[in-house]
Amino acid sequence: MARATDSIQKKEAFAAEGVERTRSGDVYSPNADIFEDKENIYLVADMPGVDESSVDIRLEKNVLTLNGYVKIPEKEEGIEWFREYPVGDYHRSFTISNAIDRDRIAATVRDGVLRLTLPKAESLKPRQITVTSG
Amino acid sequence: MVLTLQKRRMEDWNPWRELQNVQSEMNRLLGRFGYPETGVYPAMNAWKTEDDVTLTAELPGMKADDIEISVAGDTLTLKGTRPEEDERENLTYHRRERLAGHFARTIQLPFHVDADKVEARFSNGVLNIRLPRVESDKPRKISIGK
Repeated sequence: MARATDSIQKKEAFAAEGVERTRSGDVYSPNADIFEDKENIYLVADMPGVDESSVDIRLEKNVLTLNGYVKIPEKEEGIEWFREYPVGDYHRSFTISNAIDRDRIAATVRDGVLRLTLPKAESLKPRQITVTSG
Repeated sequence: MVLTLQKRRMEDWNPWRELQNVQSEMNRLLGRFGYPETGVYPAMNAWKTEDDVTLTAELPGMKADDIEISVAGDTLTLKGTRPEEDERENLTYHRRERLAGHFARTIQLPFHVDADKVEARFSNGVLNIRLPRVESDKPRKISIGK
């Protein structure tokens, strides 16, 4: 049987001290890519089993919180032969800088991948400074 | 494909995990050259009954057409390429945790399956495959003659 390595093993989500979830089941931290270009910051998170109706994105102060809810599949027929990955909800939080244009944040979910586009506020965009001789 | 270096805090350093990381990176690199090896990606869950096997795998971000499932006798091979995220120019990465690249994995099944009756569904990044046992491989009751 093949072993799963750390990079593909699901990581349990970090839970704040003393805070309990009301939903039952385990929570995992989705793998994410975060990158930016001149215009936007992009966040792409893998949440297989989640669609646009079962994702919850919140931005409070400067904390972006992602929640993805997964329907636990009905018990399959037969006996469990092997189980290499767990199934559960997703949760992850990020601190983002204030210089994001909050009204224009766009999010899509497709094939279990959440894609967020966070447009940079005008003040954060790099500006070319022309150098003149003189 | 470049091996990604990851910074870890001293107390997180686990030599066994480093070895596993190197192994998985090597598997992925080799997979790109089409070596017919058994990789470790994707992780799968499986159930079996006397008459069939059901497998699930999580392949977020892929399209059904990009997943190659092939069955031969009592083996199942799952292949595909997870797309490189963006071809946009001038990107600066802050985190890179999602895997991209070619993968190939072969599973040995407990019996021969009927390739014509295999059912595969792919929804929200979750692949579900049902493989029924081939009739000729089902045990047959032998009655004892008088």
